[in-house]
Amino acid sequence: MASQTQAPDPGALPAAMIEHATAMADWVVILPVVLCLIGGALLLIMRKSRIGQAGLAILVTIGVIASDIALLMRTLDGPVSMTMGKWLPPFGIAFTADVLSAGFALAAAVATLVVLFYTQAELQLREVRHGFHALVLLMLAGVSGAFLTGDIFNLYVWFEVMLIASFGLMIMGGRKIQLDAAVKYGFLNFLATTFFLVALGYLYGLVGTLNMADIVTAAAVAPKVPMAAIASLMLLAFGMKAAAFPVNAWLPASYHAPDPGVSALFAGLLTKVGAYTLLRILVALMPGTRDWLGPVLVVVATTTLIIAPLGALAQTNLRRALGFFVIGGIGAILAGLAIGTPTGIQGGAIYAFNSMLVMTAFYLVAGLVERVTGEMDTRQMGGLYAVNSPLSIAFLVLVFAAAGLPPSLAFWPKLLLVEGSVASGQYWVLAAVLINSILTSIAGSRLWAHIFWRQGRAGTHSEQPNDRLRPLSPTYRGFAAVPTGALVLAIVLLGLWPNPVFEAGRLAATGLVDPVPYVAATGLAPANDAAQGGAAMASEETPR
Amino acid sequence: MNTVIFRTIAPTLAAIMLVFSIFVLLRGHNEPGGGFIGGLIAASAVAIYGIGASVTEVRRAIRLDPLSIAGVGVVLAGASGLVSAFFDVPFMTSQWLAFEFADSEVVLSTPMIFDIGVYLVVFGTISAVALALEEPEQ
Repeated sequence: MASQTQAPDPGALPAAMIEHATAMADWVVILPVVLCLIGGALLLIMRKSRIGQAGLAILVTIGVIASDIALLMRTLDGPVSMTMGKWLPPFGIAFTADVLSAGFALAAAVATLVVLFYTQAELQLREVRHGFHALVLLMLAGVSGAFLTGDIFNLYVWFEVMLIASFGLMIMGGRKIQLDAAVKYGFLNFLATTFFLVALGYLYGLVGTLNMADIVTAAAVAPKVPMAAIASLMLLAFGMKAAAFPVNAWLPASYHAPDPGVSALFAGLLTKVGAYTLLRILVALMPGTRDWLGPVLVVVATTTLIIAPLGALAQTNLRRALGFFVIGGIGAILAGLAIGTPTGIQGGAIYAFNSMLVMTAFYLVAGLVERVTGEMDTRQMGGLYAVNSPLSIAFLVLVFAAAGLPPSLAFWPKLLLVEGSVASGQYWVLAAVLINSILTSIAGSRLWAHIFWRQGRAGTHSEQPNDRLRPLSPTYRGFAAVPTGALVLAIVLLGLWPNPVFEAGRLAATGLVDPVPYVAATGLAPANDAAQGGAAMASEETPR
Repeated sequence: MNTVIFRTIAPTLAAIMLVFSIFVLLRGHNEPGGGFIGGLIAASAVAIYGIGASVTEVRRAIRLDPLSIAGVGVVLAGASGLVSAFFDVPFMTSQWLAFEFADSEVVLSTPMIFDIGVYLVVFGTISAVALALEEPEQ
């Protein structure tokens, strides 16, 4: 009978299966994704019901945050890995988390939680019935999966999950501008995904494995020219997804279209997944390639850093301007990658963590500003300070955070970037980081002056106050303003006591630069596999 | 498309396809077939019935919202992976239950539950798309 051969028989297949028992604690590495998937599916079933959806979504997200915290605590002692279905790593799909992935997953879940509270105030019943909460959880599943997976094809799958959920969220509401934005966003992201898939195919053909830990050892002995081609394709693909300079136009053209809550979620989460993947692939998986691509990375990072705030200066639509701040943040992360020393990578990693929280908070504050003024155009806002001064403080703090000035957390990674670029003699990067801070604070304070400081709307008499402002309703104050304020406060507190984040960032950078513990966590033997990979490579090379 | 012949044959055809889809689903583990292809066949049955009869009739016949069926499928597939938590093995490790029943050996397993989940996801999603396309525009 077929069943006889199918029954698990540890003695019969010693070489292909994991023998040792899996500790219950290892499940935290898979739990964030499983919780989101099952929660999202349950919400899909009950999406027609009026009550309970938001509650369930918030509960699931809190569960995800709890497992992310547990995971982060465990990864402080070294990477955690679990291979699905007991098959040994190169064959079974592994989820492998180190400090970098666990920290990013935590930031993503926290941002999602705040957004879920915020959207309680702005959601319409129609959007709830179209499955808003289900889509948010499925997107979080995609984002967490992309951060935590240890298999590069699985990474592609999570990117798809994330993209499809984000398409649904982007057109939620069905306004014309949203469809227009979704076409641009969708087309460019599909194009980027296709590049990624092509690069994956090449990579698999070259090193014969898709497990990230296995790639680390196999890539070290792979022929250099094809590796450089693969790395360039990856840089293009994830540069597009992260909205780095030459391929950034889709972001400001699309992120302002959906409701503020949704755009906050996008700004916080999506581009950072691209940046994370670049850090993971170029630094940890294919270490040589970062050095070859070094000059390209310097150009991309510096131009992104400088173009972004210039774009923000030219905007009058509030959330479009914020879109350029998101791009500026990506420039800072790429600057860390361009510097390439552990200090630089530490700066880039902490900046990405910080940027997830800051950009979510910034879009939410922008949503509140739009709510009070009833406008999207900063020229028509004016005089908000008199009506809602806490909002003006939050906005100013976030401007500082975007520019990398104290008291926000963003100051510290920028300091690391400066330190790293000076130490490695990369003065172009140094100059770009500093100019970015100056230009961003100019662009941000211009927005602040227009929205809050100026007495009335543009074109009116200067003493005439803005009469179109409406104070926030109690629902908005309770569900939207309070969680947003808490997030801003958290950003400031992390900026005042940055030591834990600093230390985690150092561990994350060490984990990227020295991937030996990462490889060991999956249960692969580095030296042995490298030899096998080398042998396979040699046999492939001989026909030439 | 809407001839007497088609309208007469559609219910029978849909019924046969639904039965066949379950056959394909269950033989899937060791032979060609499985949840994905089974779900596709079942969704085609729904689509044919939708053209032959009407979309409202199909919706009445399957009672549940197709997307909810897909949701049930995801829950089922996820839950089948969680079973292995009770056996000290990683997520999605297959668990088997074989027993004698009326002179034959019956084998139940978590991959089968996973496959049923896949069947429901594919069936639900594709049916939702097909029915939405067949529905006359308001």
